[in-house]
Amino acid sequence: MRGEFPALHQSVYEDTPLVYLDNAATTQKPQVVLDRMARYYAHENSNVHRGVHKLSQDATDAFEDARQSVADLINAPSSDQVIFTRGCTESLNLVAQTFARPQLGPGDTVVVTHMEHHSNIVPWQMACEATGATLKVWPIHDDGTLDMEAGRQLLAEEPFLLAMGHVSNALGTIHPVSSIIDIAHDHGVPVVVDGAQSMAHLPVDVQALDADFYAFSGHKMFGPTGIGVLYGKYDLLDGLPPYHGGGDMIDEVSFDGTTYADLPHRLEAGTPHIAGVIGLGAAARFVDDLDHEAVQAHEDGVLQYAHEQLAAIDGLRLVGTASEKTSVCSFVFDDIHPYDAGTILDRLGLAVRTGHHCTQPLMERLDLPGTIRASFALYNTRKDVDRLVEGLDRVQTMFG
Amino acid sequence: MSDASSTIDERARAIVDDFSLFDDWMGRYEYLIEIGKKLPPMEDALKTDATRIHGCQSKVWIHTARDQDRMTMQGDSDAMITKGLAGLLIRVLDDQPPKAVREADLSFIDDIGMREHLSSTRNNGLHSMIEQIRARAARLAESAEPASDSAVSSSNA
Repeated sequence: MRGEFPALHQSVYEDTPLVYLDNAATTQKPQVVLDRMARYYAHENSNVHRGVHKLSQDATDAFEDARQSVADLINAPSSDQVIFTRGCTESLNLVAQTFARPQLGPGDTVVVTHMEHHSNIVPWQMACEATGATLKVWPIHDDGTLDMEAGRQLLAEEPFLLAMGHVSNALGTIHPVSSIIDIAHDHGVPVVVDGAQSMAHLPVDVQALDADFYAFSGHKMFGPTGIGVLYGKYDLLDGLPPYHGGGDMIDEVSFDGTTYADLPHRLEAGTPHIAGVIGLGAAARFVDDLDHEAVQAHEDGVLQYAHEQLAAIDGLRLVGTASEKTSVCSFVFDDIHPYDAGTILDRLGLAVRTGHHCTQPLMERLDLPGTIRASFALYNTRKDVDRLVEGLDRVQTMFG
Repeated sequence: MSDASSTIDERARAIVDDFSLFDDWMGRYEYLIEIGKKLPPMEDALKTDATRIHGCQSKVWIHTARDQDRMTMQGDSDAMITKGLAGLLIRVLDDQPPKAVREADLSFIDDIGMREHLSSTRNNGLHSMIEQIRARAARLAESAEPASDSAVSSSNA
């Protein structure tokens, strides 16, 4: 598996082999994705959806095949329900601006959890501020799980919408989204799921989840940057007004008025990120073809090993200890600043993330300035964990 | 700590000489941490929003003031490496004429193997520290009146 990811095989700072443990920020890309994008630019480069010529037809076919590959991966009923965006952030903003904002008013509420990424807080905050609606926060427990009782009460108040992550980027907690969506629907509350952190780790079936909207990014699931997806239930997507105006999203334009194209094109104005879409299609097929049971068993094994090894280090505390987790290990030292640790780990070839992980409200809730986060993907091994533990030993020697 | 009779360039050269004694990055980092530890303590009262350097993961404060025709500075950080970086700047720039601080050549940071910290995207505050110190030095150099930086910084906040 590692052989398929060229970026893993390099040294940093001249002679230190890289250990890439920042997969929650972005995953590395397999050769099939790189090759597919290079092939598009080398042999198929052409604009989509408008040309009468052969190249444009080939590019359009590849583009729409990619949409079908993404639909297959998440089990969307139709590829028309797969909207391409610039990333998960744009997908969430699209829903906030076209679904929430026109319907929200004073007295309405939107609920988000206390552990959301800023991308799943700020768009809702903006929609609430513009409409006089209120943003409410679903509280969490210290171990990084949701306070389900508090959540039930919030949903019983029938907010306009619930926006929540599938998996926490900072702590790795897998939320019970399926049962939460059931509870929300019992109260008539639609649910927007931020799936940025789930796609590389869990099989996602949007119909089984019954998610109203499901948003994710290409680059966190072995695909290119600059491309993301918004899935939505057909009736909900079809009811959305256009987000951006421009080419490709129209039916007919005149100065008296414009009529708009059908889904999915109505929500995709302008020339899209064609190479990105085609690369994402290749990534979706790469993920779809994985032996998910074997991958999950491998990732669980590495995470379990990392937890055991890190927990054995004096002065180190794991942050986020939910029983259901993906491959994220967040931790702090009692007396070493995360930035100091991250700087030394970097020099040792270990790519980790330090800081607040775009979850400042969560860090404040946990009373932490930030954490050190090692996040694994299917190509990481126990050897990588051993390198991390050696690195942390060095950090403690230097700052102890 | 700083010798008022030596110039910025002389002090920078002395630091480069010190760092050249280490032949690997770990020794250089350990020495950087030592420099941070040797920084004279900064009074908590001086750790305000006006002296806080934003744009870094750790908290870092640099207080600058005017002493006759010289610019003095103190600093602190909650992270040791960042404190060491602040310590480097203070060793070189403390008690120097504001004009010299504003125009100081700080390429010694590159020469001691800490170039990666100079990037404006590094989030460690060194870039912001330098920008802030230079901006304050420019204002001190221009103003005839002695002023403490809390007054200067409030217009900048």
